[in-house]
Order: sequence, then structure tokens, then C-alpha cells
Amino acid sequence: MDWFLIFSRAFEAGIGSEAIIYCLAAIGLNVQFGYTGLLNFGQAAFLAVGAYSIATTVATFGLPFFLGVGIGLVLSVLLALLLGIPTLRLRADYLAIVTIAAAEIVRIIVRSVALKDTFGGTDGLQEFAHSFYALNVFPAGQYSILGGFIGFDHRGMWVLLVGWVLVALVSVILLFAMKSPWGRVLKAIREDEDAVRALGKNVFSYKMQALVIGGVIGAVAGFIFALSRSSAQPDLYSTELTFFAYTVLILGGAARILGPIVGAALFWFLMIFVKTGLEEAINKQVITFLNVNQVGAIQYMIIGLGLILLLIFRPQGIFGDKREIALDAR
Amino acid sequence: MHADTGFQSRKAAALAAFEGLASEPGVPKPDPILVVDNVVRRFGGLTAVDVAHLEVQRGSITALIGPNGAGKTTFFNQLTGFDTADAGEWTFNGRKMSGVPAYKVARQGMVRTFQLTKALSKLTVVENMRLGAQRQRGENFFAGLIPQLWRGQESLITSEAEELLTRFKLIAKRDDFAGSLSGGQRKLLEMARALMGNPELVMLDEPMAGVNPALTQSLLGHVKNLREEGMTVLFVEHDMDMVRDISDWVIVMAQGAVIAEGPPHTIMSDPRVIDAYLGAHHDAPLSAEEAEQQLHEAEAELTAEADQTGMDGNSRKESGDERG
Repeated sequence: MDWFLIFSRAFEAGIGSEAIIYCLAAIGLNVQFGYTGLLNFGQAAFLAVGAYSIATTVATFGLPFFLGVGIGLVLSVLLALLLGIPTLRLRADYLAIVTIAAAEIVRIIVRSVALKDTFGGTDGLQEFAHSFYALNVFPAGQYSILGGFIGFDHRGMWVLLVGWVLVALVSVILLFAMKSPWGRVLKAIREDEDAVRALGKNVFSYKMQALVIGGVIGAVAGFIFALSRSSAQPDLYSTELTFFAYTVLILGGAARILGPIVGAALFWFLMIFVKTGLEEAINKQVITFLNVNQVGAIQYMIIGLGLILLLIFRPQGIFGDKREIALDAR
Repeated sequence: MHADTGFQSRKAAALAAFEGLASEPGVPKPDPILVVDNVVRRFGGLTAVDVAHLEVQRGSITALIGPNGAGKTTFFNQLTGFDTADAGEWTFNGRKMSGVPAYKVARQGMVRTFQLTKALSKLTVVENMRLGAQRQRGENFFAGLIPQLWRGQESLITSEAEELLTRFKLIAKRDDFAGSLSGGQRKLLEMARALMGNPELVMLDEPMAGVNPALTQSLLGHVKNLREEGMTVLFVEHDMDMVRDISDWVIVMAQGAVIAEGPPHTIMSDPRVIDAYLGAHHDAPLSAEEAEQQLHEAEAELTAEADQTGMDGNSRKESGDERG
């Protein structure tokens, strides 16, 4: 078995564009779920809004790339307001129901036949990332990191640079925000919103702010998703994306700044490690009772088993505080 | 002692204000801080609250009592904006408060605690306290990003919080999670946290529920202290000993309506109150069989009680010792 190949593929995935996309999506969820206790099950919709804003602005209407970025940010704010106004005054579970439905509505709209001229139907949209790659600071060629252990081409390097800079920027902003009295109000709302109301805080407004901020970060994840693939396809924004983002968040530890970052890197490292490992083992006849076509399913079984064990033995995630979990048992 | 004389004068002032008031529901007070008119709340066919008129005297400790299901907590929820009333209006310091959302009610200086204590478990004790402070600059997202804008205010808030924690004997728990406190300590924390907003009217929903006798004494002291500092206290309670001990005036609710008001030492002998607690016809004549049956029940109860008297006597003596 080629362990070098297995590890280099896994490391590439751990710092690659998937990790960045899921990291940003999970950071958004961390603001909403981790800190404020809002169950947003429609994060995929915010990514779709981000991705399709750039794609439609550039590919369909031929307008500038940065206008698309601006439209994406504005639309994600509007989507958050649209979801929040009717549901945030109600119990937490209503938001979960409405967001999961909204995410599907967004996906079905962008893949609809009636709007094929605008959104491209099930094929989605391509040819919109030129302006982004025109800004690339890396000259064309292959780049190897860690002495050739892992490597990316110049486009990949540009995505990684922009992506991780955005992750760092968002994380630093949230680090300051969550240490401030503003962040304290969010955490208090997660614990008991009536108590916070009784202390004179406008709970509705804070919940809305959390929903909007998390949604905007989700749209940024959508930008990276679309640009890294130079393509926006509707079925990539299914509810599965949201649940993987939750997995990343819980793996790393909710309500921790580093949680989603380490969670995303580790999640994608393990996903590709298991997949490449199985494929190698089958190709080299180490495992003979499986074939390569079954790897996809087995991969999810193994990752799922790992997550179950994590929740049993370390429910707070990697960065969580065990004392906090113990409080719930009282 | 100095504190004692102040204590006595505030209590005397409060009692003097109630001097000569009729024990009628809705009797006007000399200086009401809270005035309630025709508040109605229905849940389907059930009228949970139907209060025609009620005034709460400024600077007093007023108890709100009544049998289970009398609508006391629902009434509290109406007044503090946690539930919307079907009809009626009320004013606090002359300002209309009906239809005002809960957080604005609290900002106006009318804060409440809850029957089921709401300590914010995963926040530390001192963070719980800081949250209670009003008009914090750092509670705006953008201002929060620039610590220079709110650090000064935060340290003022923290020293205020530490002062209150010292007074409520929670300072040793300053950096513990609020979730790790005992039930009684959570009650203390909730009360202390409410005081961070410098309220004028403190509304306590069953402050003594689930608190052990030793802590009850300290809680009672704190409630008396609130009046001492010029605050008005309105509280719901079941424990009549406590009501007699600390309240200056008692309001009795039954089936959603205020049925009587009066000073604590006479209110429990008011026939309307006895009727509300024991049923209107508890002393009406019975038929021969009913009388016979009641006699048997009473006898059975007496023998059961005789068996337990020893134990009860002991425990009462112990709690008496703690108070001394």
C-alpha cells in the first residue's frame, strides 16, 4: 500500500478548498447554533445564495465580478431577515423547520426548468470565475509544499490563499465579538432567553443579528464553493451540505473559535484518508472482500461510526469544555 | 445600631402609608408606583386573570398571595410584558406599560425574577451579574469589536457586580459556572443580577420556593434590604410565615381576581380570604351522615398526627436554633 499517497491526499483535503468551504459554513453555524442556540438547518441556502449571486451576475448578466460579491452579501442578509422575522419570536424548533424548507426552496428554484435561462437548470452556471483568477498572485505552474509531500496548481493555491485569509479574518472578528458584552448577550440567550429579556435586552434583535451574521458568513463560503470549482451546480447545495457543516462544528467543538477550523480540517482529512486508504487496500489486494465501487458507502459508515464514538466519549468536541457538558446533566 | 434605626424608619414609613386604609380590593394608596386597571387574560374559556383595580405603594414590600391557580404568576407575566393581556392597562411611575415588550419594561426599572430560577448555567457567576447592567456600550456588535470603547464601563460594572456578590455572599463563587450553584444560591444570584439594573420595582416570583430554611433567613434579609435602599418590592409567595414576617401589605388573589387586601397580621382572618383558601361553605351545616364521616376522618388524622408529633417538634426546634 502506498501510504505516502494516502497521507498526501488526506493532507491536501485537510487544507484544501472543501475544508475551507465547510469551515466557513460551520463558522456561520457556530454564530447561530454554537453561541446563540439558533437551529439553522438551512445553511445550504446561504451558500447557494452566495454561489449563485456571483454566477448569475457574471455568467448570465455579464456584470462585474465584485458586483456579484456585493449582491451575494446583500441577498444573504435579506434571506436571513426573511427567515427570521416570522420565526425568531416563536420557539426554537420553528426556525429549524422553516430554514430546512427554505433551503430546499432555494435549491429547487435555481434548478427549475422555467428559470433555466437565468440559473442554468440542473447543469448550473459556469464561466464566471475569470475575474477572480485574473487577480491570482501565483504565476501559472505546479506548487509543492513540505518538500513535495502535497501540491496544488496555481489556481488551487489562489483559492487556498483567499480562502484561509477569509477564515482568519472572520475568526478574528468573531473572537473580538464573542469576548465583548455583545457576545455575552448571545451566550445568555442560548442559555435562557426569558432571563435575558427580563434583564432588559432586546432578544429578538440579537437573535436576528446572529442569524444575519451567520448567513453572511455562509454566503462567503458559497463564494469560495463556486469560485474554486468555476461552477455553480444546484444539487451541491442540498441539505447534506448543512448536516456536514454541523458535523464539522460538533467535531471541533461548538462555541469555540477554533472549533470549526480544526473540525473542518480534521473532517476532510479523515474522509479522504478513509476513502484513499480503502481504495489503495482494494487495489493492492489487501482487502479482497470489497470492490472499489463500494468504497463510497463504506467511507460514510466508518466516518459515521467515528462520530458516534466521539459523541459518546467526547461530547464537547475537540475544543469543548467538559465542565459545560456536565452542567446539562444536573 | 445605625442600620437598625434606618431599617425601622423605612419600615415605619411604609407602615404609616398603609395606616387607616380599608381592607378592600383596589383600595387607593397614597403614593402608588404601579396602578393596574381592568387587566383580563383568558386561556380559551378559562379567565386566568381579571383584576379590576390595584395599586402598589412605593417603598413598601407588598405580598401577592392566593391559592394555587389563583392567577398570580399569570398576572406577573402580564405586568412584565412576558404575556399579552386580552384587555386592560397599567402604569408604572405614571407611564403606560400595557403592550410594552418585556425588555422595555425591564429598562424602565421594573425587573422580575422567575418561579423556576433562570440562572444562565454556562456563564460564570460574574458574567451573569455583568449581563444585568443596562446601557452597555459593548452590547452593540460594532462597538463590541473595539474593546477600548467599553473596557472602562466594563470595569465599573464588574466592581458593582463584585460589591453585590459580596453582599449576597456569592463572591467565592465569582468565576464558577452558574450551573454549578445550589438551588438557593441560584435564587440569590438571580436576585443580585436583577439589582444590577438599578430597578425601582423588584418583582419576585416565589423567591423562597425550594430554598432551605437557613438560606431563607438570609434571603428575607436581602428582601428587607431592598426596601431599605428605597426600592419597592412586589412578591408572590406561599409561605405565610414569610409573608407575615416581611410584608407591609398583602394582596390576596383567587380565581383571577383580587378578593382582599390588608395588613399581614389581620388579612388571614378576613372571611373572604378564609373562604378562598378553604372553600366558601367549609363551615356551613352538614347532613348527619356527612358529619359522621368527617368525625371519623378527623379522628384518623389526629392519631396519625400524634405519631408524628415527636419528629415535627424536633425539626422545628432545630430551625429555631438556626435563626437564633
